[in-house]
Amino acid sequence: MASLPPIDVPDHATGGGAFDSPAAGEPDPARFDYLLRLGDDALILGQRLGEWCGHAQALEVDLSLANLSLDLVGQATLLLNEAGMCEAEGRDGDRLAFHRDVLDFRNCLLVEQPNGDFARTIARQLLYSTWQHMLLKRLTGSSDRFLSEFAAKAVKEVAYHRELASEWTVRLGEGTEESARRMAEGLDWCWRFIPELFEVDDILEQLIGRGVAPDPREFEDEYRSALAAVLKDAKLEAPAEQRPILGGRRGHHSEHLGHILAAMQFLARTYPDATW
Amino acid sequence: MSGDWPLWEVFVRSKGGLSHRHVGSVHAPDPELAIRHARDTYTRRQEGVSLWVVPSKEIVASDPDESGGMFEPAANKIYRHPTFYDIPDEVKHI
Repeated sequence: MASLPPIDVPDHATGGGAFDSPAAGEPDPARFDYLLRLGDDALILGQRLGEWCGHAQALEVDLSLANLSLDLVGQATLLLNEAGMCEAEGRDGDRLAFHRDVLDFRNCLLVEQPNGDFARTIARQLLYSTWQHMLLKRLTGSSDRFLSEFAAKAVKEVAYHRELASEWTVRLGEGTEESARRMAEGLDWCWRFIPELFEVDDILEQLIGRGVAPDPREFEDEYRSALAAVLKDAKLEAPAEQRPILGGRRGHHSEHLGHILAAMQFLARTYPDATW
Repeated sequence: MSGDWPLWEVFVRSKGGLSHRHVGSVHAPDPELAIRHARDTYTRRQEGVSLWVVPSKEIVASDPDESGGMFEPAANKIYRHPTFYDIPDEVKHI
């Protein structure tokens, strides 16, 4: 039997695109992992902000931070429930939130950093919300229907988080000598966790190719300029670049995450059938 | 710390067409953060579509000691209320 002539494939053709997406009902581990990354970011940052409840310097700030926390926990609920459905092994959002250990969490290292003083909490929020806002704006165009609809809802919440963090950064930077010093120290603490936000590994590469996830490298310049603009208003210098710390997306976390999980998961693990 | 911040009176418009109503007050260091604090304190359950904040020190209030002269004269002038008309049954919403 005569063989068919070779097919002429252009050099620039790649093995990506929508045809490489798993068919409906097929396991999709990359998508599961991505839902965990976004969901764990929101869950852990929400938990961190919740630690401020009753401890902020004014009742009004207490409420502001609790509102951010509740927005994020709401986002985590949607994302982790969807992750559970994607995984299709009978785990729901609560199961994923309360019955996984440190190595199974996929959040970035920035969100698990301790609150420190108010200025460091604001620095962490500025760095994360600015990134999350830019990501969600692009995620509204995702080829994945759940993710695009989720992003359309969450992007409004996060726009507010970003504005609030920016306004506080400017006020602390422009405030007293002490508030400016603390704000600078807070930024300096958080700065080394920025590169992780723009890291693209094999899992993310695959999702970018399928149009599921935006490529964060496309907005790194915009991100750096946005931070520079806020710092200029705040009359603060950008911290010097430091050795980046990576690994959260692969489950390599700082010692802080275990302590968060101990507080967050205690009740659900000790009283598995508790309802309220 | 909030003791160092000035007080702001908060007014919320619950939906388009209605007027703003006084709902309470917040502490904040400046007008922009006063709006943020008012948003986070008084509109977290969809209470409003518009917010005003006004520095409390700018509110001019009537003197409680003068309330006799201010308000009592209106009490015995029932002819100022339109209560002397027979309203036909067909007229609704009065």
